[in-house]
Amino acid sequence: MNRYTILIYTENFIGILNRITIIFTRRGINIDALTASESRLDGIHKITIECTVTEAQIIHLVQQIEKITDVIKAYYFKDSEVVYQEIALYKLPIDSLDASLEKVIRQYNAHIIAAEKEFVVIEFTGHKEDTQALLETLKPYSLLEFSRSGRVAIAKPRFSVSEYLNHQTL
Amino acid sequence: MIRGADIVVKSLIAESVQHIFGYPGGAIMPVYDALYDYHDQIKHILTRHEQGAIHAAQGYARVSGKVGVALATSGPGATNLITGLADAMIDSTPLVCITGQVAAHLLGSDAFQETDVVGISMPVTKWNIQVRRAEDIAPAIAKGFHIARSGRPGPVLIDITKNAQVEAGIFNYVPCLSIRSYRPFFPVDPKAIVQAAALIDQAERPYVLFGQGVIIGKAELELKAFLDKTGIPAASTLLGSGALSEDHPAYVGKLGMHGNYAPNLLTNQCDVLIAVGMRFDDRVTGDLSRYAKQAKVIHLELDPAEINKNVKCEVPVLGDCRESLSLLIDAVQENSHQEWLGKFRELELLEQESVINHDLSPTKTGLTMGEVIRYINQYKADDAVLVTDVGQHQMIAWRYFNYKKSKTQVTSGGLGTMGFALPAALGAQMADYSKQVICVVGDGGIQMTIQELGTIMQTKAPVKVVLLNNNFLGMVRQWQQMFFDRRYSFTELDNPDFIKLADAYGIKAVKVEEREDLSEAIADMLLHNGPYFLEVVVEKEDNVFPMIATGCSVEEVRLS
Repeated sequence: MNRYTILIYTENFIGILNRITIIFTRRGINIDALTASESRLDGIHKITIECTVTEAQIIHLVQQIEKITDVIKAYYFKDSEVVYQEIALYKLPIDSLDASLEKVIRQYNAHIIAAEKEFVVIEFTGHKEDTQALLETLKPYSLLEFSRSGRVAIAKPRFSVSEYLNHQTL
Repeated sequence: MIRGADIVVKSLIAESVQHIFGYPGGAIMPVYDALYDYHDQIKHILTRHEQGAIHAAQGYARVSGKVGVALATSGPGATNLITGLADAMIDSTPLVCITGQVAAHLLGSDAFQETDVVGISMPVTKWNIQVRRAEDIAPAIAKGFHIARSGRPGPVLIDITKNAQVEAGIFNYVPCLSIRSYRPFFPVDPKAIVQAAALIDQAERPYVLFGQGVIIGKAELELKAFLDKTGIPAASTLLGSGALSEDHPAYVGKLGMHGNYAPNLLTNQCDVLIAVGMRFDDRVTGDLSRYAKQAKVIHLELDPAEINKNVKCEVPVLGDCRESLSLLIDAVQENSHQEWLGKFRELELLEQESVINHDLSPTKTGLTMGEVIRYINQYKADDAVLVTDVGQHQMIAWRYFNYKKSKTQVTSGGLGTMGFALPAALGAQMADYSKQVICVVGDGGIQMTIQELGTIMQTKAPVKVVLLNNNFLGMVRQWQQMFFDRRYSFTELDNPDFIKLADAYGIKAVKVEEREDLSEAIADMLLHNGPYFLEVVVEKEDNVFPMIATGCSVEEVRLS
């Protein structure tokens, strides 16, 4: 089993995410994380899925995803083939903000992005191992809430969806 | 500006739709109202259940090669289509199903007969969409037809809210020719052809397996020419039957769990396996880890997701098999494989002695399903269409029916849908009234959709229904006998008087219980002008052989 990142470019149609996720459901494969957003191309969505599967499974999954009518292109990458980040937010009570917490924030190069009467929100970006490490460190500071995104990823190998679209006979 | 409902019907006419199978209801009533005005251009067939409508559309599509169209209302009408959608999806049958939906402002409110049919049908459609505005109807239908029939065909569902049917919109039908996110075809790679041809020319024991892809790709002539030139033995899958006339000298029989002995056994002795338009279904391969491991595999396939899915191949030839076969015909050398072909013929004799003789010319008292098919072969037209249901009768009819023409086989292959045959036969007949359509069905399956006798009555479709009655769910019973110690758990049926039933529907009905009456009864049936119901009482506990039991390898195919 390997951790893979699947990058999927789709038309922005209602239900497309469902069509993609049922491919995993049917095969009993868990999605570790999922991010969906508009891509840099007008009207085209980019979906990033992280999952832990065998090589045979990932090839099969991507073939099935690409078979969906409204999917333009799907690619899969090993962790070593993508540059990726995840963002995490940590909410802490305002009175936990002392010198030692400030030190932690500096060490991690994290940021306080909101400070309210009752709480502060710290933002930190990195790989899951990094955001997880900060989570463990902050737990003794009466952590109130934690939220982590799925990964956003850029592939190292060169490919271009817009070039691909240009080659399609429209 | 015209009404959305009129846009629906005019769009169907623009797609040259001549027949629709359907069932009305609240949320689709505006479309039915519109159909009333166009009945001279488009023929609507009222089935007795929405499942009947979609299976009829499937039978229609398989025989005509055109897109089958089914119409249903929202809620239960739409959910009753699901089995047919799943069946069409796995058997690659082009369908466009139009369902009514509650008005857009009621969506998500649990309104009367509201169901999320787009959500429910997602895993069993090639594409689906909900349309909530009249102006979006024509583009959705245009896109739906393009997707349903292009590439690897499949079912499409278009859900139209009631407000979109009654509101007005501009009608301007623009056929859909391409979609940027959708690649139905891939050009054949000439390098793959060179590699495949080299493998084929060097092979000592090459073997062709052909499937429904040959029929869908209209590559029957190319397949024949390829086999004429190379002399390679060729076997058919269940849905591939008819793609090559069984009289062809290279034809060696059928593949799969209940296919022929030699074609299964020798799969593990060939050196090059050439798969054409087939997907290595588990019923064909048996245990994959012991399937054709000695062979180099060439896979001619349209759907990239099928390449290496079940069987790893040395040379994938992605693309339309009509194109790849014609390129291959020019690239390969003329050849013959008489010795290798002889091995098939040798083993065929073994099957003849231990299975076929018993099935076709039994000496014991009870009638066999096989002898019924033997007489059908004797009297049928060359292009007669065989429609079957699922179970023992399906396997026996497939094994013994003499396929001579393409598109003469209509059955539920991948999904194995009992109840498929009767409505599918009706649809097949609608595609061509002049053809003999012979519906062979069991006493279990016919009762799943028996209400469609009413549709046959109303349409007077001259379908010949041959009920092979053993008062058992025969295939399940066979498995219980073989693998569950003869514990016949809920497989015996107390059946109604089928003759009285058919009679009640005004369909000419005859029952045969004695061997001496069989030949004449079948001859009479096929000569009859109009629908006909022939019940043949067959041996209660007969088994279908050869058989590759679940989990076994193709070389473990057994004759008894």
